[in-house]
Amino acid sequence: MQWEIVIGIETHAQLTTQSKIFSGSSIAYGAMPNTQTNAVDLALPGVLPVLNQGAVERAVKLGLAVGAKINSPSIFARKNYFYPDLPKGYQISQYELPIVEGGSIKIQIGETEKTVHLTRAHLEEDAGKSLHEDFQGMSGIDLNRAGTPLLEIVTEPDMRSSAEAVAYAKTLHSLVCWIGICDGNMQEGSFRCDANVSVRPKGSETLGTRCEIKNLNSFRFLEKAIDFEARRQIEVLEDGGSIRQETRLYDANKDETRTMRSKEDANDYRYFPDPDLLPLEIADSWIDQLKDSLPELPEARRARYITDLGLSAYDAAVLTSAREIADYFENLLELLPDQAKLCANWVMGEISGRLNKEAIEITACPITPAQLAALLSRINDGTISGKAAKTVFESMWQGELERNADAIIDAKGLKQISDDGAIEQLVDEVLAANAQQVADYRSGKEKAFNSLVGQVMKAAKGKANPAQVNAMLKKKLSA
Amino acid sequence: MFNASLKQLSTQLAEKKISSVELTKAFLQRIEARNTEYNAFITVNEELSLAQAQVADQMIAAGQASQLTGIPIAQKDIFCAKGWLTTCGSKMLSNFVSPYDANVIERFNQIGAVNIGKTNMDEFAMGSSNETSYYGPVRNPWDVEAVPGGSSGGSASAVAARLAPAATGTDTGGSIRQPAALCGISGIKPTYGLVSRYGMIAFASSLDQGGPMAKSAEDLALMLGVMTGFDARDSTSLQRETEDYTRDLEKPLSGLRIGLPKEYFAKGMSKDVECAVEQALDEYRKLGAEMVEVSLPNSQLSIPVYYVLAPAEASSNLSRFDGVRYGHRAKSYGDLNDMYRKSRAEGFGAEVKRRILIGTYVLSHGYYDAYYIKAQKVRRLITQDFVDAFKQCDIMMGPTSPTVAFNIGEKSSDPIQMYLSDIYTSAASLAGLPGMSIPIGFGDKNRPVGLHIIGNYFTEAKMLNVAHQYQLVTDWHQRSPV
Amino acid sequence: MTLSVNDVKRIADLAYIEINEHEAQATLGQLTDIFDLIETMQAVDTSTVEPMSHAQDVVQRLREDKVTESDQRDLYQSVAPQVEAGLYLVPKVIE
Repeated sequence: MQWEIVIGIETHAQLTTQSKIFSGSSIAYGAMPNTQTNAVDLALPGVLPVLNQGAVERAVKLGLAVGAKINSPSIFARKNYFYPDLPKGYQISQYELPIVEGGSIKIQIGETEKTVHLTRAHLEEDAGKSLHEDFQGMSGIDLNRAGTPLLEIVTEPDMRSSAEAVAYAKTLHSLVCWIGICDGNMQEGSFRCDANVSVRPKGSETLGTRCEIKNLNSFRFLEKAIDFEARRQIEVLEDGGSIRQETRLYDANKDETRTMRSKEDANDYRYFPDPDLLPLEIADSWIDQLKDSLPELPEARRARYITDLGLSAYDAAVLTSAREIADYFENLLELLPDQAKLCANWVMGEISGRLNKEAIEITACPITPAQLAALLSRINDGTISGKAAKTVFESMWQGELERNADAIIDAKGLKQISDDGAIEQLVDEVLAANAQQVADYRSGKEKAFNSLVGQVMKAAKGKANPAQVNAMLKKKLSA
Repeated sequence: MFNASLKQLSTQLAEKKISSVELTKAFLQRIEARNTEYNAFITVNEELSLAQAQVADQMIAAGQASQLTGIPIAQKDIFCAKGWLTTCGSKMLSNFVSPYDANVIERFNQIGAVNIGKTNMDEFAMGSSNETSYYGPVRNPWDVEAVPGGSSGGSASAVAARLAPAATGTDTGGSIRQPAALCGISGIKPTYGLVSRYGMIAFASSLDQGGPMAKSAEDLALMLGVMTGFDARDSTSLQRETEDYTRDLEKPLSGLRIGLPKEYFAKGMSKDVECAVEQALDEYRKLGAEMVEVSLPNSQLSIPVYYVLAPAEASSNLSRFDGVRYGHRAKSYGDLNDMYRKSRAEGFGAEVKRRILIGTYVLSHGYYDAYYIKAQKVRRLITQDFVDAFKQCDIMMGPTSPTVAFNIGEKSSDPIQMYLSDIYTSAASLAGLPGMSIPIGFGDKNRPVGLHIIGNYFTEAKMLNVAHQYQLVTDWHQRSPV
Repeated sequence: MTLSVNDVKRIADLAYIEINEHEAQATLGQLTDIFDLIETMQAVDTSTVEPMSHAQDVVQRLREDKVTESDQRDLYQSVAPQVEAGLYLVPKVIE
């Protein structure tokens, strides 16, 4: 039987506020245990929550960026359960009326575009951390993270493969970073995904029983966990079994998912509106103000790159995968207005490759768009070959000669021979010395032509303009 | 001195006839001598109180005194006070020395009032007799066989026995008004949102409201002026202009329309209470008020609604008591869950556990709509009744409690009978309206009777005026059991 | 509505309160009486009524996003049952 995989994703994005969602404690990462916990975070008797405006602002921005409805009022609810990292015995979250409802995100898988619909996004507080090192056989609780503002973003079950799920997660990741509501740091847990996975016979309209895989903190784990889980479910069903609705954990070391808790032992969370917090109303004027504060969004830029610049959908998606990359590209393009494709190739090729290798962000790129533009314009005007340009690029990266492309070209003698007379002389010499290959070519052996080009280039020590060499050879051989 | 009004004490302090240290010592000695009899205080801390009295004397000497500077005030043990044992009447917090001050405590500290001690109360404010306290029952100074009412029973008993000039209380369904009535003192629960709940240990967040308990309406007005005001740390705290609650005390009452909810006079009230209430109403007629019959058709549902909503909120509010960061932790336990279950089973008393179970049940899957949402809807109907009734009157009156104080142990095994003690007070709590009780005489066994005064939102000054005018022509509020 | 002893135990479980058989039985009787009282509100028609969550018809006030707190760990942990290295200790947490 043919199976279809159905995936929905819930993402917890930590918001880039200074202080916690309901208290004035810092949310800075890496502080000594429990030094960023005040009376409210510790749930001392009698304390009360007051909502952080910065958290609301960021939730609204996400809503606007995905074309969702901003609910006014929205309601905070208590999710009741006991856990030592949850000081109040309940988590303040949103249940029936979340701040953001609906909306969608366009994702790109190769050259194919797809829309993933969002169900909702709601504000909530993070829990603390349990440390399992041995303290006389006990666990240690650090509540610094308790009360950190999170936006939980939930999709419809719209994805059909791990590749789509990863494309969605990456697109959302880039979006939340793009609009500045989340720092996207997955190692520190600022962006965590849960995947709801089910399978069904291809063509079926009804959803299969789903399993939720918790806390996937890298795109690779997301992909592997979904692949494993889908295979597992298909095997169970093909063996005549049935899927139990449950929460599963992905074990990266063993590359497998395993049961965390089944639906039967799932908590009865007893959600109810938090009586300590009032309905959250968001004035239209505030929404307008936040709308104005948003940068041009990746989707808009992507569309512009395709229609105005003639780039492929794939190129446009790569260039808009992060706001900083798109900005770099546009700064470069401003200096070489007619060279969109060349600029795109270099940003996606040499620049990205080198940044990846060094594991640095484009904001830390040693070569400025202006410096790169100087180099690319020398390719354009035929001064250097594409190959030589890569040598110059490397020198620039290393910081040679103040990253001045022309100075490096001169110093390294990389200028191409573009003089027709000089090239003709080289071609004539090669043709004279290789009579056999000339004859081969003329008798129909096309391959001989490439060999002749190689000879000319070798004679020119690689500096001849290849296009001119080609043209000159063709002309002489057909004469 | 022990019978003096706050105004009189204030004058004596200002005129240096007595110092705050002397006054504080006098009350501490009186507590020392008599608290064993009433069990009104859980904690007395001479050192902390006298240190505050010294600061107060300096403030007075420096001319920085306001009206309550230097005056000893008893604080209900529900208010967190930094450096003070703050137990909320529970074994769960029997070792909890608060690391911070409640907003109410801060306000008293700021004006240089002296915390004379933390008063006994029903555990986590759940009770109407002060018998659920881990620290034992409080006794009614009018008759030590009788309960003082609850949950602010320690505060009521302390003021009635003149162990403190005035006290703070909190009221969720009647916890200021009912003990005030049963102990023959005055008490007011202001409009929800006027007194900050920050640092006031939560029972039912949407109902809890702090307020003063004192000998007279005039004293209440001074106390209320200190206790109310906006607090940014409480999302439900209201941003309003500061009020002088004494401003209308002297206004005559002619033309005042007093609404008498017919449901409150229909049945349930005992004969002695009814008699005292009728006499009080006659006094008001003499003062020029006119009586208007009004109706609160849904008010008989306020007890069922209250016993869904208050336990629901409480079950969640009390989840923080888990033995992890503070409070009682069981001595022996197996795993983590066992630690939770044993700590909570040992730390909470029977009534608290009962209410946590009720609340957990009404919020649980499958019952939420039938109980919790239903109760919230009826809550709106009850509130709407008041809105309609206040179109015909300026203020409402009735009995505070259906009977005078009952005996200790009389109702403690019957939760329902106990719950019905709040039958007249819980509706105003559900509506968020201000409610007040003043002494109007004595009933069976010579135990005090209270008159319940319900005002419209934010009409505390008017209510105090209405109470004060009565107290000008009667002397029930000056009677003392000791 | 009829409560059973098992209901009482299930609720006690949800509320993390240890309860023995005897207590469960006693509680069952009390809760049954209380729920009989509570049930009386079912008689009222509330089909057109909005639930009332708060005593005042006001909206949430927002706090400026500012760090206002400094480290007071020692003070707060002075009331803790068991701490080590700045951590609150609890019986081993099993994920």
